Amino acid sequence: MYVYDEHDRQMAAERVAQFRDQTRRALAGELSEEEFLPLRLQNGLYVQRHAPMLRICVPYGMLRSDQLRRLARITRDYDKGYAHFTTRQNVQLNWPALEDVPDILADLAEVEMHANQTSGNCIRNTTTDQFSGVQADEITDPRPYCEIIRQWSTFHPEFAFLPRKFKVAVNASEKTDRAAIRIHDIGLQIVRNDAGELGFRVHVGGGLGRTPMVGPVIREFLPELDLLTYLEAVLRVYNRYGRRDNKFKARIKILVKALTPEGFAEKVEAEWAHIKDSPTRLTPGAIERMKGFFTEPPYEALDNATDLLARQRFENRGFDQWLSHNLDVHKKPGYAIVTLTLKKTGTPPGDVTDQQLEQIADLADEFSFGEVRVTHHQNVVLADVRQDRLLELWEAVTPMGFGTANLNTLTDIICCPGGDYCALANAKSIPVAEAIQRRFEDLDYLYDLGNIDLNISGCMNACGHHHVGNIGVLGVDKKGEEFYQVSLGGSSHHDADIGKILGPSFAREDMPEVIAKIIDVYVDQRTEEEEFLDTYRRIGIKPFKERVYA
Amino acid sequence: MPDVINADGTVRQDEWVVVPRPEDGESLDIPSDQPALIPADLWLAGYEHFTGNDRIGVWFDSHDEPEIIADKVNELPLIGVNFPRFVDGRGYSIARLLRERFGYQNELRAIGDVLLDQLQFMKRCGFDSYVLRADKDISQAAKCLNFFSQGYQAATDTDLPLFRRRAG
Ligand code: HEM
Ligand code: SF4
Repeated sequence: MYVYDEHDRQMAAERVAQFRDQTRRALAGELSEEEFLPLRLQNGLYVQRHAPMLRICVPYGMLRSDQLRRLARITRDYDKGYAHFTTRQNVQLNWPALEDVPDILADLAEVEMHANQTSGNCIRNTTTDQFSGVQADEITDPRPYCEIIRQWSTFHPEFAFLPRKFKVAVNASEKTDRAAIRIHDIGLQIVRNDAGELGFRVHVGGGLGRTPMVGPVIREFLPELDLLTYLEAVLRVYNRYGRRDNKFKARIKILVKALTPEGFAEKVEAEWAHIKDSPTRLTPGAIERMKGFFTEPPYEALDNATDLLARQRFENRGFDQWLSHNLDVHKKPGYAIVTLTLKKTGTPPGDVTDQQLEQIADLADEFSFGEVRVTHHQNVVLADVRQDRLLELWEAVTPMGFGTANLNTLTDIICCPGGDYCALANAKSIPVAEAIQRRFEDLDYLYDLGNIDLNISGCMNACGHHHVGNIGVLGVDKKGEEFYQVSLGGSSHHDADIGKILGPSFAREDMPEVIAKIIDVYVDQRTEEEEFLDTYRRIGIKPFKERVYA
Repeated sequence: MPDVINADGTVRQDEWVVVPRPEDGESLDIPSDQPALIPADLWLAGYEHFTGNDRIGVWFDSHDEPEIIADKVNELPLIGVNFPRFVDGRGYSIARLLRERFGYQNELRAIGDVLLDQLQFMKRCGFDSYVLRADKDISQAAKCLNFFSQGYQAATDTDLPLFRRRAG
């Protein structure tokens, strides 16, 4: 994991001092609300339904145990004792007091954390695959590139007042995309060209919200060293030509669409030609140096614990189910990647208490070299668990509420905070997630259904990624009443797609039944090896419509 | 006369005035007794007339394209870039283009909705003077120009991004 040096530490301290001064001036009336707004957003501070909301940055989802413990203490000292893992791999606090925020930021800085650029019209936290560095099929570890982008984008003097927020995601796996890069403003797929050189396929102009789009490719191969200068060219074109007259048309996706991807690419290339060889061009040494922070932990030379696990699974059905669903293959023999799902029915997806944060920290120290990763599915990953200790881990996590063996199933729901916390919501979303989880409590049935992404947002801002859920649920407002619109066929993976709206919206109490009917159609129509999305793609939306509105 | 802040935080006064873009049918109203910044495209349109006059500079609005005078920038003693609203960040790109692409050497001034907390970004993008919005406390400018002792990126204040400086 990246470790601050004196430069990072100094800038973090200066940032805290700056925000302390800005907060003081805001409270003293020297800064108007309008003037303070972008400043506080760039320090993670929203003003929400109940209180300010603070979004703390977790660069590319990586957290150390001391950072988790510090988060726990912060939620206790300044908030109500719980926090929320978000779809952007960040952490949110729902109830801090404005006056306390500079102190919270100071406490965070002590453990090399911050809330820089987690909101506002600037370059946000760069996200990536939560399995980076531990999976067998990645081309190279994407995290050094994420950290390079993080540093370049932090306090970038030219790009702090963009037309709109700006998100970058990086993926390095050839087969899967857990970072949803094609629904980001810039999605970088790490590739090798025919000559074996490392580089990026660049997608620009994806995004959700009001006008959801899958980002087209604007450059098939960008050499590794050109990463930052090319990003700078894209951002400069966007900063200069992105629409500022209409907030809803200000995202880069609208510009890319207006110019066509080819037209946009041409403008970027023209800009890039001027700055390609500027001092911002990366050097092999800089990349090597950054890679030095993401080296392997001290793995032991182990064999796969195949026999042991077989025996333990045979003796314990719950363990067996958990292994089948919440485990992924590790690149090192004898190790496993474990996902702790924060999706226990009755707990809002992604919510953790201060105690649970400390428990996760302990688990990280005990089982995974002191580190965890946050996923955009609002779960937590222990990436380096010895196979011969999995049973012990499972026994430890089950009473903590992290043993729910439902990863990637219908009840592993992505869900935004919705009307319970968010001032922009049209409808609540947490109770809908809970009602659906209750309707599908039978684990065997759930497993039989296979992988299904069910995503819920409380309004069209799409914080819960509803457009790219295989099943998407969107809260809508009709004359002051809450309703829910359903879409089908979305995906955030390599085959990214925006879901199609099924038809008129539903009352909240009908939602579990509506989902059940959709599932019934799938069960009736699927062939043996088909996942939900495959069946949907084969048969189209009509049979679902007919059943649901019958 | 406005107070002008220099990049080092000191304050001075000068006489430059910003001449607004004339309405349709009106002509450019250049004061006879003060140096003036006029819209860049109008300067170009009257190039024969204005060239060599060191009491005439130009200003760009945030949607303007500095490219139109790319090869002539150093004929100008002063260029202003307007921030119509402080959240409109186009002026930062304009400044970098003027400095880094077109090699502009003379004074570059931020005008319009110029607030304290943006000063350091402006400085890093190449502005070397600032006219703060009138209601702001100029005594805080020096501090705000120096919140950060360094930056991660290369910008006009340093050629070397931090990753190069770290390389030693
Ligand atoms: C509760 C306070 C929140 C507010 C006020 C808020 C606000 C917004 C707004 C206005 C947008 C639309 C942006 C656009 O279309 O340009 C948006 C999008 C988004 N937000 Fe939030 N959000 C909140 C919480 C969250 C949380 C908790 C998450 C994660 C669980 C999240 C993740 C996202 C994502 C992933 C998008 C879609 C990005 C895209 O359009 O490409 N937000 N949010
Ligand atoms: S989708 Fe809407 S309701 Fe949900 S968190 Fe985002 S802004 Fe709030």
